[in-house]
Parts: sequence; structure tokens; C-alpha cells
Amino acid sequence: MTYAVDEKGYYGQFGGAYIPEMLYPNIEELRLNYLKIIQEDGFIAEFDQLLKDFVGRPTPLYFAKRMSERYKAKIYLKREDLCHTGAHKINNTIGQILLAQRLGKRKIIAETGAGQHGVATATVCALMGMECIVYMGKHDMERQKPNVERMRILGTKVVPALSGSMTLKDATNQAMRHWINHPTDTHYIIGSVVGPHPYPDMVARFQSVISEEIRNQLNEEIGNPFPDYVIACVGGGSNAAGAFYHFLNDEHVQLIGVEAGGKGVDTGKSAATTVLGKVGILHGSKSLLMQTADGQVVEPYSISAGLDYPGIGPMHAHLFETGRVQFLNVTDDEAMNAGIELSRTEGIIPAIETAHAIAVLSKMDFAPDDVVVINLSGRGDKDLETYIKWGKY
Amino acid sequence: MNRIKELFKSKRKSLLSVYYTAGFPTLTATIPIAQHLEKAGVDIIEIGIPFSDPIADGPTIQESNKIALDNGMNLHLLLEQVRGIRKCVSLPIILMGYLNPVLQFGFEKFVKEAARVGVDGLILPDLPVDEYLLMYKKIVDENELTNTFLISPTTSEKRIRKIDAASNGFIYAVSSSSTTGAQQGFSTEQESYFKRLQDMKLENPFLIGFGVSNHETFAAVSKYSSGGIVGSAFINLLKNSTDLDSDITRFIKGLR
Repeated sequence: MTYAVDEKGYYGQFGGAYIPEMLYPNIEELRLNYLKIIQEDGFIAEFDQLLKDFVGRPTPLYFAKRMSERYKAKIYLKREDLCHTGAHKINNTIGQILLAQRLGKRKIIAETGAGQHGVATATVCALMGMECIVYMGKHDMERQKPNVERMRILGTKVVPALSGSMTLKDATNQAMRHWINHPTDTHYIIGSVVGPHPYPDMVARFQSVISEEIRNQLNEEIGNPFPDYVIACVGGGSNAAGAFYHFLNDEHVQLIGVEAGGKGVDTGKSAATTVLGKVGILHGSKSLLMQTADGQVVEPYSISAGLDYPGIGPMHAHLFETGRVQFLNVTDDEAMNAGIELSRTEGIIPAIETAHAIAVLSKMDFAPDDVVVINLSGRGDKDLETYIKWGKY
Repeated sequence: MNRIKELFKSKRKSLLSVYYTAGFPTLTATIPIAQHLEKAGVDIIEIGIPFSDPIADGPTIQESNKIALDNGMNLHLLLEQVRGIRKCVSLPIILMGYLNPVLQFGFEKFVKEAARVGVDGLILPDLPVDEYLLMYKKIVDENELTNTFLISPTTSEKRIRKIDAASNGFIYAVSSSSTTGAQQGFSTEQESYFKRLQDMKLENPFLIGFGVSNHETFAAVSKYSSGGIVGSAFINLLKNSTDLDSDITRFIKGLR
């Protein structure tokens, strides 16, 4: 079984590049060049250097002693929350901006949901002196104000997406339209493993540093690179893709993806795509998609702005279909409680997206020797207002 | 015989194709608008299948899609309405829409139904030519529909040739690298792109769309191609119209 993308851009039946012809030259330019560029020695050296000195990698693999006692397993936290800008998102934006420079692009656009990818993009644009526009749903701009201001401080123009539910899906539509209108001088930095080929593969490769480090760190720590479980939350799925990447062919490592159940998968207010989605096409790729019987895209819901996307990356759809990754979901309340729990047990306030991954610990049965790695994808600073509003602490 | 192929056999100049969104501005407007367009003298009717996420469209058509969906439009109903249009309209009819609603309906079932109710052609902007050739062309050909691809100023000559070879009706040349929307006029770069296409002597005729909104822009595109496609400007007219019959007649007269 192979879990890698094939030469046509598919993971099993999922993936491809379903784009209007106006975007074809852009996507083709990327498809023909991305592997060549990111495998150049000069690229690798600059990417690694920036990840080390600017992002602060490698991030620690932290043995969470008190959580381990509580759940009777050996629980390790991969501390992506300690990355510069507060989440794993910057691994990808560093990679893509270096790629954009080598393609001769002068301007950058991006979409953002929770604002983490927007901030990570604004950051690398400031670093490289490139003009940056970030599209963000108006509703997300309201619930993630600090990140909007961070982007503005960094010199990025934040443009509200006013259509649909005014969240991540709509911001992505707007960014794609912008790209159609500015095809030659602009690179679109997609923030997750979604979009037309080669984006899902490209973003997964840039994020794969997470699992590469986990292997090395575990090997040093316990003399064995393989955990029994790797757990990560899934919206579009970029942190999960990075955390799973170098374990995909090690079938004895159990991989768990955690989706946002919202108010519950049966309530109509959910973002659990593997439960509620059917095969469909959105934002340029075929994947699982939450939609009506008529093929209209359903507005997803989650308390977490980073998880309320109506699809998942095509790689994850394939991992779900083949059973390589087990997908679970947790509700808003379960995630919020887990966020508070981690704060009080380990002194780490997680992003609400990440809190979803923590919340499955109480639903699983571990053997005492099980090594469990949770990808702590982001920190909770941006979510203070949501924690305060929720209020049960 | 397919009405689009028939049309291009007899006429290759100043053809006018008009796009509107099914179910906009009201759910039942689809049929009367087609009647008014035929009466006003257009050559092809393009009916849009509304979609929640129309990424190739500018604000005007986005809004019409949303209103149409809110009005309750869907593909089943649209095919029913086309059957109604066919009772009183003999113009070629094209359905234009994004791939996802069509896939959920079932591609083959959709093409068969469309052919049966009197549709002549399809435009599916997010269905790339390679996927089309591999998975869908056979079905479209078997049901004697045409399929039209888009090309833009950034499309390479090699790819235009490939699209030309895969086409069986006409090619939709997008006037600029943009989403849909009305424009005031064309730049010299755009005109030289039109000229370049004209000089390529393609197998299929081509119509130019995006930014065709008035007499000047229609005349400009007609100089280089078989005619023009009007979309957003017509949607704007429908949005503000109080008397569809006379407004549509005046609008089409003004374009010619």
C-alpha cells in the first residue's frame, strides 16, 4: 500500500487539480518545479537554517509526566506551540516563500481561518520584504482579533471575505479569485494540505519535519523511533499530515486524526468531515466534502476557527478510506475541557484546535507501556477570548 | 442535429450568447427569460447551474448564485425548467456550472437527462481537459452534446491546440486573466490576444466572454471572433429590472 501522491496528483481516488483554466499556468508552473526546487541543496540549506534560527526548531518532544500518570501511558507532546508565531503553520510558509522567490514571484496571497496561517504568512513576507494580502472570513476576523492585528503590525493587508458563512472556506474562495486576477506576479501560499495538486503534497512535505524530528527524538529518548500512537487534530489536516508523514509506512504505528464534532455530529453543527462528508470537489481537489444532496457545500461549525472547514485534504481522505488513520471526533465542550485540563496538568494552554487532539485521550484505552505522541500544534494565546467566553474554568 | 453545431454551420459572425443564472432573480424566471432572449434575437442561451462556491466568478454572478440557491434552485428543478423552455424556445441551450453539483447528480445521468430535455452543450469551468478526455468525453459524445472549454490570455499555444482538439462545438475565450465581471473596454494587449487567437485558425470557432457588457465591447470582440458572451452585465440588468420583456429587448438591441 502506498500513501504517497501519484504522478497525476492523486491519493487513491482523491486529489487531482480541478481548477478553472485561468489558473492552469500557475498550477502547472508549480507542479513542474516544486520537487526540483525543494530538493536543491541551496533550498534545503536555507530552509533548514530558517527553521532552526528563525522558527526555533527542533521543537522539543516533551514527556508529559502528569498527563502520563493520569492516562496510564507514556505521553509525549510535540511542542509545535513553541514555534515562532505560535503554531506549526510557519514550517509551511517558510518553505513556500523560499519557493515563491525561486519562481520569481513578488507578491504573496493567503487565506486564513484561525489566523495562525495568516500570521505565519505575514511573518515570512515581512522577513523577505514581500507584499502580502491575507483573506480572512469576516466572522473569523471578529473571533480572532489579536491575529488580525498581528498581521497588520507585520505590514500585511487583511481583506475580509464577506460571502457564505464568512469563514475559512469563503476566505479560500476569495484568495483563489485573487490569484485568477493576478496570475503572473503572485504566489498563493495555501495553509493546509488542501487545494489542487501539487499543494497537498507540497504542504505535507514542508510539515513533515514534525514527524522527522519525532522519530529522531524518540530514538534518542527511548532508543526506538516508533511510538505506538500519533495523535493530531484535523481541519484541513496540515499538522496531522506533518506528524503522520514519516510513520505512514510503519503500519504498527497507530495514527489518530481528531476532527471537530462541534455541538455533536448529529446536531447539524459540526465539522467532522469523515463522518458527514461524501466524495466531492472543492477548492481544486477531489476529497471528502460536507455537502447537501444537491452538491452544495455545507457550512461547517466548530468552536475552533481552525477546524471549521467543510473538507479534509485528499491525503487524509485516502488515509481514512484505506483505514491507515483512524478518525475520531470530539465536541466543543470536550475540547474546551481538555484545553483547561492540559493547562492545569502541564502548564500549557493549547490552541483550541490542538485541545481536540488532547480530548481523545480520555476515550482511548492504553497499555502502560504505550508511547503516545500528541502533536501540540499550537498555543492558546489567540484563543483567550474564546476560553473567556466559554467560561467554565 | 445538435443546435450549436447547426448554428455555427450557418453563422460565424457576431453571434451573441447570453448567460444567466437559473432561478434568478426569482425561481420561476428561468423560462420567461429564455423566451425574452429568443424574441430579442440572441443566438445562444447559457443557463448557469448555481453553486455555493463559484471560484471563477466575480461578485455579480456570485450574488446571483446565492440568491438562486436561496430561492430553492437545484439541478433537478433546472432540468425540469429546460424541458419547459424547449416547448417554446428553439435556440441552442448550454448549461454552465461547477463540477460538484453535477457529480452529485451523477455525471452520466446528468448528461443523459440534459440531452433528453433539449440541452445542446455544457460548460464546466473546473473540469480540466485531461480529466475530461479520460473520464467524461465519451459520455458527452454519445449523447451528442457539445462541451466547451475556457482559454485565457495566459493559456499556451500548445494547450490551446490540445483544447481545440478536445472541443466539439466552440471555445470560450476569456478576455483577460480575471474572474467574471463587466468591464468598460479592452486594452491593446487584450486586442492583440484576440488577434493571436484569430490567427491560430483553430478547428473550432471561438466566442469571447468576460468583460463584454455593451455595444462597444461586443463590437470589439466580434471583430476577431465568432461573437461574444455576455454574463455579469445581463445579471445586473435582471437584478434591477421591473419589466423583463422590455428591459431585455432594449438591452439586447443596445448590444447589437
